[in-house]
Amino acid sequence: MKRLLKLSLQKPELAALLLLVILIGIFQVTSNGYFLSYTNMRGLLGFLPEMALVAVGVTLLMICGEFDLSVGSVFALMPMTMAVLMVAGWGFLPAVAVGLLVCAAIGFINGFLTIKFGIPSFITTLGMLFMARSMTVVISGGFPPRLQMDNIPEQLFIAFVGPSDLLRASFLWFVCFAVFIAFLLGKTNFGNWVRATGGFLPAAQAMGIPTARVKIACFMICSLLAGFAGMIQVLRLGSPLPSIGEGLELQAVAAAVIGGASLFGGIGSILGGVIGATLIRVIDNGMVLSQVDSNWFKFAVGALTILAVVANAWLRKRGRAMKVET
Amino acid sequence: MENATLENPIISVRNLHKWYSGVHALKGVSLDFKPNEAVGLVGDNGAGKSTLINILSGLHTADEGEIQVEGKTVTIANPRDAMDLGIETIYQYNSMVPIMSIARNMFIGREPLKMSFGGIGILDEATMREQSVEAIANVDLHLRSPDALVGELSGGQRQGVAIARAMHFRSKVMILDEPTNHLSVKETTKVIGFVNSLKQQSVTGIFISHNMHHVFACCDRIIAMALGEVVLDKPVGETSIDEVHDLL
Repeated sequence: MKRLLKLSLQKPELAALLLLVILIGIFQVTSNGYFLSYTNMRGLLGFLPEMALVAVGVTLLMICGEFDLSVGSVFALMPMTMAVLMVAGWGFLPAVAVGLLVCAAIGFINGFLTIKFGIPSFITTLGMLFMARSMTVVISGGFPPRLQMDNIPEQLFIAFVGPSDLLRASFLWFVCFAVFIAFLLGKTNFGNWVRATGGFLPAAQAMGIPTARVKIACFMICSLLAGFAGMIQVLRLGSPLPSIGEGLELQAVAAAVIGGASLFGGIGSILGGVIGATLIRVIDNGMVLSQVDSNWFKFAVGALTILAVVANAWLRKRGRAMKVET
Repeated sequence: MENATLENPIISVRNLHKWYSGVHALKGVSLDFKPNEAVGLVGDNGAGKSTLINILSGLHTADEGEIQVEGKTVTIANPRDAMDLGIETIYQYNSMVPIMSIARNMFIGREPLKMSFGGIGILDEATMREQSVEAIANVDLHLRSPDALVGELSGGQRQGVAIARAMHFRSKVMILDEPTNHLSVKETTKVIGFVNSLKQQSVTGIFISHNMHHVFACCDRIIAMALGEVVLDKPVGETSIDEVHDLL
């Protein structure tokens, strides 16, 4: 029993989960019971996948010991690439494929430069943040193209599905990706390498893990998820604005950190990242419903980030201090 | 330093050179390590012993020279090559990931898989836990759970797990880089006892240490290095701590 308590106290996502439950409770009361209503949940769960997918990728990369600030720009570049190609007469699927290839290339460049020249990924991806955003504006020619929605299989991405149309199809994509990445991280040898690479790089190298390839793979997965998430948002909105996803990179990092990921790598979980992203969306939505001035949103996210990390550190320390036989 | 040996050496290196940005760290080192021998490698900081070890364990590559393992010339380009040749290295600090469990650490890079595709596959966690418990018990270490985090173990227990890992993968040569550093007296005795027991298990041990007493307590042969060269290579019975000290 004590062992079980010790293990759960050391779970990185515990603090965020507790906060989420508490906040949902508070918002449920302050919104006069509207927060958990069907209509509100339908809206909330419809937006959630876009940011949560980005958070999943960023969390994976942070566990691997690296950082990606370019996700917000990739979020805009991928759908812009797709839209520009579709306006030029390309079919939906080839345009998506090229868009995703662009994401994969950006992830590869981020990883390659970071490793090859031994520079912090903070710098590499900061540079990429500006470059990718600029490319988005350039290829749009200044005028956001309109998507011909009849060429797009809406059913596959944004249509409402599931029991009494509660969820969007994008939610299912998100769940599939999140489960897949969590599985990859927790149950495969690749996941073991990611954690070892982020947890203690010299040991991973000494044990013969191809750490460079592992990191580059994580950078690519992160970019791909960000691009895919951007595509979902644009399909929902109908037109790709060059400015979408601005500030998203920091929200995604906040989500990962709230969910227990460590900036130093090795520690964190995909579930944590998802909970962190959910928390941010819940705050956004809950504050509006509670008629709080929406300018306080960023304040709340910031405070929450710090609070979650402090709570996490405290819980983990308590867990570690518990004596059980090893 | 060509030794006329009756037995064929398990590892022999010939004329190894290594430069680090202008520093000549290894100056034509030639050595033979015989099967089942426990060799103590001593020397001051910067003597070249770590460089030699890093080359044998695949962390660095030599700029010049030849390495033979069991009579065959080999290239050790990375740690994986060394492991595949049966050379396992136990580092002073960096062979375990503290935030991962014992079972996960045991198999880093060599995970047993249930099924795999292109080298990536599903971990066989039951086997990992089972075999780690067994491997740890084989080196006389008593740990209750293979799920405990390595970061929660004492320095001696960590060395024990690292040694258990090397034994589990049936190494032919085990390199121990300062394994007794930062250990308590009791734990040091245990590590020395372990080096002594390598012989019965037909494993060649290369034991690097600053502490002459530790080396003399468990090795058959002493090799001393200074300024990138071998300055002494004698069976332990024919030399003394004083002689080695004078040379360094």
